[in-house]
Amino acid sequence: MKISYYPGCTLKTKAKNLERSALACFDALGIEYEELPRWNCCGAVYSLADDDLIHIIAPVRDLIRVKERGLDTVMTLCSMCYNTLARANELMKNNEEKRYTINTFMDEEPDYAGEVRVVHFLDYLRDEIGWDKLKEKIKVPLNDLKVAPYYGCTLLRPREVALDRPDKPTVIRTFLETLGAIVVDFPSATVCCGSYQVLGNPEAALKVSHGILDDAVKNGAEALALACPLCDYNLGFRQDAILNSFTDAKEIPVYYFTQLMAVALGIDPAVSHFELNRESSLQLLRDKKLISGAAS
Amino acid sequence: MSSTEVAVKTEIKARLIPVYIMGKKYEVPETLTIMKAIEYAGYKYIRGCGCRGGVCGACSTVYRKPGDYKIHVGLACQTVVEPDMYLTQIPFYPALRGTYDFTELTGKPEEIFEIYPELFRCVACNACTKVCPMDVQVMDYIAALKQGDIQKAAELSFDCIQCGLCASRCMGELPQYHIAQLARRISGAYLTPRAEHLKTMVANIETGRFNEGLDKLKAMDENTLKKTYQEREMEPATAGEDWAPKDNQYL
Repeated sequence: MKISYYPGCTLKTKAKNLERSALACFDALGIEYEELPRWNCCGAVYSLADDDLIHIIAPVRDLIRVKERGLDTVMTLCSMCYNTLARANELMKNNEEKRYTINTFMDEEPDYAGEVRVVHFLDYLRDEIGWDKLKEKIKVPLNDLKVAPYYGCTLLRPREVALDRPDKPTVIRTFLETLGAIVVDFPSATVCCGSYQVLGNPEAALKVSHGILDDAVKNGAEALALACPLCDYNLGFRQDAILNSFTDAKEIPVYYFTQLMAVALGIDPAVSHFELNRESSLQLLRDKKLISGAAS
Repeated sequence: MSSTEVAVKTEIKARLIPVYIMGKKYEVPETLTIMKAIEYAGYKYIRGCGCRGGVCGACSTVYRKPGDYKIHVGLACQTVVEPDMYLTQIPFYPALRGTYDFTELTGKPEEIFEIYPELFRCVACNACTKVCPMDVQVMDYIAALKQGDIQKAAELSFDCIQCGLCASRCMGELPQYHIAQLARRISGAYLTPRAEHLKTMVANIETGRFNEGLDKLKAMDENTLKKTYQEREMEPATAGEDWAPKDNQYL
């Protein structure tokens, strides 16, 4: 059955490399999807204050949009959108009192009670497509590429929306194995990247980001695979600041998991907008002969 | 018709109904628009009134009806009074307009984010859309801008009359109508494809291609001009896509 695809604002602006590579993979895998014709920001961060219901309105409105389309599953690519939508959905499903308050406030919309299922592309691949089917479609196995799977927070915490075991996740590991890569496990795989602390306390964020990258490098990783534009900002875009601040820091390419999948599926690298990644990202893929084209 | 009948008809008056203007009760004829009712009650407009034809957006009005929690809105010049409505006019609502040098803009969404960072304070409460007297999907155009889709925002906000009611209700304190205006300006100047045939036409005019024809028209006496006009070749109402005039010397 056709699924609803919720992009998220960042995927339309700063993280085109996540969206475009993923959409090409949807097509290659024959996933039937429809981008929501009408949607708003997911809310970005799920409010932790118990009575702060106004910040639940945005994700619930998006879920109502999915329901309006007559579809029962909505898929995200951004792990923060996934987290916000999934948590709002749990609230609407399980908390009768808050559901009533929210539905009454949104008196211009039909009532919602958590009828839609929220999935991330990663658990959709695992549970609906299946690793075997993905494996059949691989044209360029990522042989010899040593990749560390990085989960961050929002795919795994809190437990009620975790798409894998929060303490010992395997989904990105199995995903990378299926693509043919050499998986490099490392202890910081589920450590927070620094998140929005980069705005209020950039030094603190830089320190944890450095710790994660350093851990990956020391365990022998040549690259990092992740699913979150904010993690990519802290670990990829901010790497220049990390390299400037820490003398022991080493450059390491950071990819969205969908970009690596696109390479393995033999999709034209131009589709995946590698120019939005670190310069070393494209270079590494060329060095490993995973994509053609002269090294620039 | 006799003169007594006429006299009787002039005696017929519209029923008076009570309305509350800024909380004070007035009896006004039920046939009036809000704007005329306010004038009937003795107020004089020096602001908050423009075209009186439902176009300019100067007279946005907020009102409530008895026993109904909803906020109702309309243009005072277009909305007819109802019994016991509580109403006021909001001729102006303060909203910060960003300053920018338009010639320095290129059409990137990040430029709008920089001029109006409060864009990201939107919580999707939808109060702006609910209060819009022109039924513009205000929240949706704000969402489109956050998604970097300036063209979509320009299209969705096209009917905006800049009344400012959206800004009056905004939980995130956004100046929506100013942001939308910037989006439409950028859309028009930088994002909408130029009409290439217009360039050709202007060049044709400048090289004097139509001078001879125009001179001929200017030299005509009135009767010849009228005759020429009446006998001109016109595209029939039922003409298909492939219709072309017989005389195509100026095409």
